[in-house]
Amino acid sequence: MSTHTESISESTAPAAVAVENVSKIYPGGVEALSNMTLQFPKGELTSVLGPSGCGKTTLLKIIAGLLPANSGTVKVNGQPVTGPGPERAFVFQDFALMPWATVIRNVAFGLELRGVAKSERTAIADKQIENVGLKGFENHYPHQLSGGMRQRVGLARALAVDAEILLMDEPFSAVDEQTRRKFQEDLLGVVQVEKKTFIFVTHSIEEAVYLSDSIALLLPRPSRVSEIIKPDIRRDIDPDAIRRDPVYLDTVERIWQGLRRYIE
Amino acid sequence: MKIFGVKLPMMASLVIWAIVWELIGRLDLSILLPPLSHILIRMVEIIPTATFLKAFWITAKCFLIGSTIAVVAGIPIGVLMGRSIIADRMLLPWVNMFLSAPLTALVPVLMTLFGFGEQTIILTTLLFAIWIIVLDARAGVKGISQSLVEMAHSYGANGWQAFTKIYVWAAMPEILAGIRLGFIRAIKGVIIGQLLVSIVGFGRLFELYSSNFLMEHMWALLLVLFFFAFLIAEGMGRIERKFSYYAASR
Repeated sequence: MSTHTESISESTAPAAVAVENVSKIYPGGVEALSNMTLQFPKGELTSVLGPSGCGKTTLLKIIAGLLPANSGTVKVNGQPVTGPGPERAFVFQDFALMPWATVIRNVAFGLELRGVAKSERTAIADKQIENVGLKGFENHYPHQLSGGMRQRVGLARALAVDAEILLMDEPFSAVDEQTRRKFQEDLLGVVQVEKKTFIFVTHSIEEAVYLSDSIALLLPRPSRVSEIIKPDIRRDIDPDAIRRDPVYLDTVERIWQGLRRYIE
Repeated sequence: MKIFGVKLPMMASLVIWAIVWELIGRLDLSILLPPLSHILIRMVEIIPTATFLKAFWITAKCFLIGSTIAVVAGIPIGVLMGRSIIADRMLLPWVNMFLSAPLTALVPVLMTLFGFGEQTIILTTLLFAIWIIVLDARAGVKGISQSLVEMAHSYGANGWQAFTKIYVWAAMPEILAGIRLGFIRAIKGVIIGQLLVSIVGFGRLFELYSSNFLMEHMWALLLVLFFFAFLIAEGMGRIERKFSYYAASR
């Protein structure tokens, strides 16, 4: 077996985010998370993978400080989370761009809120726009861009605030397949350059295996972490070759076999 | 529209109606309907007079002050109602009641409270205009996508920043529609207020003309008012269309 499973506590890197016994019950009695414990190692990309209804987006929003948990704590670098903070940046499933603002203002928005001077934030935004491959579109409006380009703006905005933890909520699910593949390849590049902690929520097995250092597999009803999978894929090969790598294909197949009984 | 291959401008039908008016006026059927040409001549005659200009100035002033207060107060109230359930429960019954209430009946009350001057007219204008602005701003804010709100929150926006940088802009198409409708109602308010007070501005002129059966003067005044009401509504409509590009993409 070329992949291996290990218990959470044996994780080698120190945890950037630690979720401890978190439960979330929505008004109306829907139990989205039940006593969940999970750690996200520093400097790695961890995917939270699971079928719809397993509470993965809820978990991400609790980590972001956008939703309060009913019980349990989330710790970021050892500090309990009480709300959003500058060390975390969120990338939204539906992009959440301001349609009345240009690309550059959208990218610089986090800095604008922090009161960074205009010249400085424009310079940072310019750099991040180039970083995500949108150079030349600085003064376009979101409605003039394709879905994939809009999400690049969302990613650039998250990178511009230089948070150490990036929370990505199914960022490619509203993007067409071809664009998604290209975007995934580019994201691998960004992950390697930025040395940040990425928490990536997805329902796509292929996407999780392709991108992740480790995958937390969530199962629904009751919502729980079923296992942590570390795909042992060499990242120094050609991004396209990964998709033909036997380890990649085996891991995808193994996760699917584990999940399929919950789908039927 | 095209007739015999000639493209007609938008307002072409008005020309036909003007001709009909002129002809009926010339038939001398009623003292109430003088020919249009006489009215236009009268218009040119009365517009430069000091009485007219003074009345116009008072009207413009009351309209501007009243509708400005309505906008400046109405938008934050509407945004607050859209964001806070408590504020919404507290205020919505009042807003709905005043929106549909016959406010004209309130003007005599205002007169006893604030006298027969500009204050009463400004208040009438404000009361006519503000409710629809509040309701539209509220509707706009309620329609903001949850993720834009979460975005502002997660990137550290405080309440004031969220209001000025997100809510107002995201709700802008509805807010502008509210302002346009509010302005149209403000025009009604400013005229009705003056008519009831009837000793200042156009109210005094209307009183003067109608009690002396000066129908040409009366119509001249009305046409001037119609024209300005149309200009204001059309101007706001133009601004609104500039923002409609993102109404669909929120």
